[in-house]
Amino acid sequence: MALAKLKSDATEARLAGVTLPEGAAWSNAARADALARVRQMGLPTKRDEYWKYTNPSELTAAEAPKAAIFDAGEVPLFDAVDRLKIVFVDGVFDADASDELTGEGVEIERLADAMAADIHWAKDLYGVLETRGQTPVERPLAALNTAVATDGVVIRATGKVAKPIHLVYLHKDETSDAVLHNLVKVETGAEVTLLENGPAAARFSGCLEVEVADGGSFHHVRAQGRDHERRTVTHCFARVGAESSFKSFTLTVNGVMTRNGCVLEIIGDDAIAHVAGVCVGDGNDFHHDDTVFITHDALNGESRQVFKKVLRNGATGVFQGKILVKEGAQKTDGYQISQSLLLDDDAQFLAKPELEIYADDVACSHGSTSGAIDETALFYLRSRGVPQYDARNLLTLSFMAEALDEIADPTLAEELRDRLEGWLARRS
Amino acid sequence: MLEIKGLKVKLEDEDKQILKGLDLTVETGKVHAIMGPNGSGKSTLSYVLSGKDGYEVTDGSAELEGEDLLDMEPEERAAAGLFLAFQYPVEIPGVGNMTFLRTAVNAQRKARGEEELSAGDFLKEVRAKAKDLKIDADMLKRPVNVGFSGGEKKRNEILQMAMLSPKMCILDETDSGLDVDAMKLVADGVNALRSEGRSFLVITHYQRLLDHIKPDVVHIMADGRIVKTGGPELALEVENNGYSDILAEVS
Ligand SMILES: Nc1ncnc2c1ncn2[C@@H]1O[C@H](COP(=O)(O)OP(=O)(O)O)[C@@H](O)[C@H]1O
Ligand SMILES: [Mg+2]
Repeated sequence: MALAKLKSDATEARLAGVTLPEGAAWSNAARADALARVRQMGLPTKRDEYWKYTNPSELTAAEAPKAAIFDAGEVPLFDAVDRLKIVFVDGVFDADASDELTGEGVEIERLADAMAADIHWAKDLYGVLETRGQTPVERPLAALNTAVATDGVVIRATGKVAKPIHLVYLHKDETSDAVLHNLVKVETGAEVTLLENGPAAARFSGCLEVEVADGGSFHHVRAQGRDHERRTVTHCFARVGAESSFKSFTLTVNGVMTRNGCVLEIIGDDAIAHVAGVCVGDGNDFHHDDTVFITHDALNGESRQVFKKVLRNGATGVFQGKILVKEGAQKTDGYQISQSLLLDDDAQFLAKPELEIYADDVACSHGSTSGAIDETALFYLRSRGVPQYDARNLLTLSFMAEALDEIADPTLAEELRDRLEGWLARRS
Repeated sequence: MLEIKGLKVKLEDEDKQILKGLDLTVETGKVHAIMGPNGSGKSTLSYVLSGKDGYEVTDGSAELEGEDLLDMEPEERAAAGLFLAFQYPVEIPGVGNMTFLRTAVNAQRKARGEEELSAGDFLKEVRAKAKDLKIDADMLKRPVNVGFSGGEKKRNEILQMAMLSPKMCILDETDSGLDVDAMKLVADGVNALRSEGRSFLVITHYQRLLDHIKPDVVHIMADGRIVKTGGPELALEVENNGYSDILAEVS
């Protein structure tokens, strides 16, 4: 009782100064509902079951902690990709730096424009999947995002979208606190690739809702930016239809605090939903958390969760992953693997893999491991003349290979692999 | 080529002496065989020569062409021309066999101050050598030794040896787990590499490999020492009478 009171007081204090952006009636209602959800759930504290390993206080604090701007001095990621570029600076759309929001097989609008329209398809998506994703596990920071998000894009793929859509999140202000909300609706048989990269802000809350209709395909590759002091919480809510495909990959390098939530629901038969991630972290203040929830509610669905973490020097990695197979979701094939490679004794990995199955004809497996470099393999490589340093890096990259293999496009995969090699090289 | 004198080795973490004063000289261009009962220290010898952790040399020396082997890192020994075909080749998930081979070949070339092999030349060479060993394209693509049968792993060791063209080849029970055909392939692979400038130390438990790879000298090893040295006929003696007669004779 006392705790609940504390929580609601803290939530009210945090929400006191909050104003909701204005739009069409439906959007005002969606935001007000979201705010009501936040009030009802309360903002997370480290006493909450799903925040046991990750302290949310920096994510819920009224003021964003400062984060120094980091200039990596390298070619921005995906720069060589022929893509449609959409730039946000500290969470604000930058029209001058962006391409025109038109493309073959796709309609793209700025979130505010969509929310201002009296009639818009976004009405059936904005906050809708987020709301569904609040049970059985509450995600109050996602509801807060829905309530207050100031910018973002809404994307409707109607055919095979010719170019990947690339959201570039620049960070230029040390105290920026950005809240972006993006929608992607993939119509029947349509295909789209979404790329995201960059730190976005000193503190960033990102929410992505994705609806993939029957036979549609959504491919998502993102990298979260190398700014060491950034704090990030992201949520991806997706619902996928029959014979559709959803694939999401995230690369996280640096950042003091990252929580990536992913909630996927398979509602049509013969669908595929894969979510994967690689994170590499160095130092006491590195904390990375992947929290994934996949629900199978249809026949013959295939899901994969593949997460690899390379940690050193006191870095912390967290994985909370669940596969829920509902009654009747027969022939489900669910796979979950979360592994960490601890490059020294100070790093730690905390994992909570869960399976909950209510159908009898399913194949689900999950595994979680945490270990050091395989000394036998290291010696084998060295005995073939590969210097210790190169051998260690090769084994570290090979540890991440299964997750990188989840990226369907080989060029994108190669680019991320190169970045990881760079990270390793800078640290040896 | 290889000169080992009074080599004494114990386990690093345990008070257990494994090599107890081993002397062995392998001349350039010669094939020596070491035979001996299980547990006599044959694999330990091969590991210590190639620089594996976990062993402590308490006495003696080992030189490759006059260079102190024991002072070098494993990769330096490899670059100096030493190669060990492992008794139990190691699986490396996530590293393609081809990548592994190219990385190794180029690392050694670099260490010796030579140009890296171009991708094309490398590919041509691997394909030709793999074909001789009946290693198919799929095996080259797969992660190193993962899902390989016992025979495939051993053939893969010989492929690495062929690609790296070392001066001193140590083969640790390369025949174990091989059927007759695979044994023939492996032996042909080794014989093809025999040359004036290259020496071999073939460790085996059985005489049958030595039917295919004819040794110049045969050593019997027991309890951490070479206890008897002779010609190829020594291998036949082991085959016919087992180790007990020889061991009784020297003790
Ligand atoms: N790392 C190790 N840990 C414990 N015992 C070992 C280790 N390596 C070798 N030994 C022991 O040393 C002896 C020699 O082993 P090994 O060199 O494998 O012999 P061989 O190859 O001749 O069969 C055996 O008694 C073996 O159990
Ligand atoms: Mg042995």
